[in-house]
Amino acid sequence: MKAEDMVHNANQIALFFASYPHDEALAGVADHIQKFWERRMRQQLEEYVAQGGGGLHELVLEAVKQLRERPAA
Amino acid sequence: MALIQETDYGTPFRIIDTTVTLEIDGRPVTVPAGTSIMRAAVGLGIQVPKLCATDSVEPFGSCRLCLVEIDGRRGTPASCTTPAEAGMKVRTSSPKLSRMRRGVMELYISDHPLDCLTCAANGNCELQDMAGVVGLREVRYGYEGANHLKSEKDQSNPYFTFDASKCIVCSRCVRACEEVQGTFALTIQGRGFASVVSAGGKNFLESECVSCGACVQACPTATLMEKSVIEKGQGEHSVITTCAYCGVGCTFKAEMQGNEVVRMLPYKDGMANHGHSCVKGRFSWGYATHPDRILKPMIRAKITDPWREVTWEEAIGHAASEFQRIQAEYGRDSIGGITSSRCTDEETYLVQKMIRAAFGNNNVDTCARVCHSPTGYGLKTTLGTSAGTQHFDSVEQADVIMVIGANPTDAHPVFASHMKRRLREGARLIVVDPRRTDLVRTPHVKADYHLPLRPGTNVAVINAMAHVVVTEGLVDEPYVKERCDMAAFDGWRKFVAEERNSPEAVEEITGVPAGDLRAAARLYATGGNAAIYYGLGVTEHSQGSTMVMGMANLAMATGNIGKLGAGISPLRGQNNVQGSCDMGSFPHEFSGYRHVSDDATRHLFEAAWQVPLQGDPGLRISNMIDAAIDGTFKGMYIQGEDIVQSDPNTKHLTKGMAAMECVVVQDLFLNETASYAHVFLPGSSFLEKDGTFINAERRIGRVRKAIPPKAGLADWEITMKLSEALGYPMPYKHPSEIMDEIARLTPTFAGVSYELLDRVGSVQWPCNEKAPLGTPVMHIGGFVRGKGRFMITEFIPTDERTTDRFPLVLTTGRILSQYNVGAQTRRTENNVWHHEDVLEIHPFDAENRGINENDLVALTSREGEITLHARISERMQPGVVYTTFHHAITGANVVTTEFSDWATGCPEYKVTAVQVRPTKKLSEWQQHYRETRRRTTQIMSETGAGD
Repeated sequence: MKAEDMVHNANQIALFFASYPHDEALAGVADHIQKFWERRMRQQLEEYVAQGGGGLHELVLEAVKQLRERPAA
Repeated sequence: MALIQETDYGTPFRIIDTTVTLEIDGRPVTVPAGTSIMRAAVGLGIQVPKLCATDSVEPFGSCRLCLVEIDGRRGTPASCTTPAEAGMKVRTSSPKLSRMRRGVMELYISDHPLDCLTCAANGNCELQDMAGVVGLREVRYGYEGANHLKSEKDQSNPYFTFDASKCIVCSRCVRACEEVQGTFALTIQGRGFASVVSAGGKNFLESECVSCGACVQACPTATLMEKSVIEKGQGEHSVITTCAYCGVGCTFKAEMQGNEVVRMLPYKDGMANHGHSCVKGRFSWGYATHPDRILKPMIRAKITDPWREVTWEEAIGHAASEFQRIQAEYGRDSIGGITSSRCTDEETYLVQKMIRAAFGNNNVDTCARVCHSPTGYGLKTTLGTSAGTQHFDSVEQADVIMVIGANPTDAHPVFASHMKRRLREGARLIVVDPRRTDLVRTPHVKADYHLPLRPGTNVAVINAMAHVVVTEGLVDEPYVKERCDMAAFDGWRKFVAEERNSPEAVEEITGVPAGDLRAAARLYATGGNAAIYYGLGVTEHSQGSTMVMGMANLAMATGNIGKLGAGISPLRGQNNVQGSCDMGSFPHEFSGYRHVSDDATRHLFEAAWQVPLQGDPGLRISNMIDAAIDGTFKGMYIQGEDIVQSDPNTKHLTKGMAAMECVVVQDLFLNETASYAHVFLPGSSFLEKDGTFINAERRIGRVRKAIPPKAGLADWEITMKLSEALGYPMPYKHPSEIMDEIARLTPTFAGVSYELLDRVGSVQWPCNEKAPLGTPVMHIGGFVRGKGRFMITEFIPTDERTTDRFPLVLTTGRILSQYNVGAQTRRTENNVWHHEDVLEIHPFDAENRGINENDLVALTSREGEITLHARISERMQPGVVYTTFHHAITGANVVTTEFSDWATGCPEYKVTAVQVRPTKKLSEWQQHYRETRRRTTQIMSETGAGD
């Protein structure tokens, strides 16, 4: 997937959950990515974040960090 | 097997609690109050002679054949129009009645052709039957007087003829058009002897007739007759099966002569259609025997090579070895597949099973991805289950009907007729749609409110309706308190109450007058049972899932879920799109919507399938294409879908398809996707196999084999062969065994079996110990998820924006006579109504651009350009244009974008920024398509040359 498309898709998820209190929103974004994104997509996102994560919504950046610390599904 | 002749009770069934007992011909009978004497007699096995009565329409009392005698009453009342009363004593035969009936028949026959032996209705003609029943032996008036025998025959409709010389003016066709279909295309013109049935003074093809077939079915003579019966004669046996077109899932009788279908007749006991049909199910089945059908397996090394016909063994062996080679070279996750919403539950279940168990990954998806995947997500999140809440019959109890982003008269015509009947009875109607769809104003139906919102602003509209409900004290507080999660409700209430969500605040964004929106919201909240019906105008947006949740919020807040006449019901597009989702066709879910990461569920399937399974979600269709372009996805098995025509951004899609090393397409025809395939496996039509479909109301209906598979194998058998060749045999002997496995592994299907379906006709899931005969209405007494969950639905505008360069919004959809990518309907006579996709444009936008009716115009978006003819229409609002995607040559999806629903990836087909201009030539893409299509579909002849 093109990086710009990935950023757009991830940010769309964050924008939906952004209406919720921070912890709930963060859990919503992280759960969504874990439940619906395939391994390669998650990997691409992680690598993108590792390289700075430019353009990503703050909730996505935090969610990727949280997912890194979660046990695999 | 025999020809199934359904009992005609003469007049409709009455649903009334009180009963009356009367005596007919000396025998007592008890019937619901309001039942006609005629119907009560049929209950005793007594067929009162009749011509103008049939149980699909209200009694009329014109033919005077059904006269009876009633003790204590004067005269001989018509049994069809006389209600049964307690204590009545009725006689259906007497010398006097016989004389009168013979007299009536003499009059009819004196003006009727005496060509019974050569008539298409011979053996199936009620007039002929009645002549026999009344003992007609002579016609004293002779045949020389004034008559209608030379009346012209109207053969304009491609599927049936109207032979006025055989018409007895019983009005059954006129009443069927009004009462059953709700189109009011027919009338009786003239008076007395000059009375004739008329399609509004035009021939049938040019009239408002929608070819649903209700009139043909109601006709007691050969006046309205299927051309297929005229050509072939009457059937000799029937097979009860389920239609393979839209998500209404009508039950049909296929009337057969050996292995040939003579006609399809809607089945009265079909619980989704109650004996009604539309042009597609009733008449458009000719594609099944169309010469374009591919009947031999084929392979080729490169997509630029001609196809080579091979044996099943060679084709299956080649596909399996290619998939194995690819996995060995690129890894286990480098292949995947797509299940078909046109195939049976059993077939989709097998495809996902093969992918999870034999491919060893979760890279399986289905066409619901591009239509109702947001329904699954939104309703599961809020209510707890990924399906509509009601059965179709629930509409009969609705007081307010809100139709959002759906055009049922075109896309779900049989349900639309059902809905229109309720509207004619007085239910109120709200239509939320950018277009002025037919439902907004149709004979004897007028929407109380049409909210013509701007495409892409659904969520703002639903939030504004919720704002009215919350701020005007219209919340059903006891319902919410008892049944919903109060913390979530409080958060939502606070959110929607904010002034920025008021109708006045969003009017500029949505284009909907605040006053109308407020009034519509009040009507929905206070008008009694309020039912929401919605379509792809809700789901195919970047906020599709948000909108589904927004509608669920509104329904919960007003107490409109969990009872008859209310609910939230998706009108699903394809015949088995609900079933394909139920069967575990999504990359993250097993059957019954259980996530692959759930250990208990996964272990259940691992134990049953004897193979370890992945606990991570797989790729969606669009992700597969992206991965193909990235070089990590190389092979695909596609059963009965044409993603190249149906999915968005064609150029991106075909780039991905062309990058793969082995694409296997299983279909009836060399569809657009087959242009990018290396193996073609000839599939079977719905007439050629056993199985089940699940319609939009969760109804599981049997599909029964009427003819043998034309290419030798049913689709489930092909998948089994491929799986076996991959080293994972699935040795089922019959689809019933597959359903038994589904029932064992899926709690909501635990009670389903072919034995049950054959016994009761159909059931709606959940069907299990708690609900052994299924569940028509869900969430009664409590939500499946426990407490209903309100979700905050912030309106976030799509990133697809109009600009000076692309100032118009394109929205796409379908029309009555064509279906989806048109693979079936384009191979029928339906092309007479729609032989090309056209661009509907408002007169204002057309004039600004110098565009006249039928001009060739270029439609350009950021993704591409196509050319098509313009149709100037006030159904559109200024600034919005519309087209369909039924014809491959048009390439409607060349212009659509990859923007999609945030939660499910459902494409945003309903919002594409475009420009329109007059042109004189086909677009570059269309010219390229014409050149390459022929090449990619060449089949090598026996001499080895491309053919």
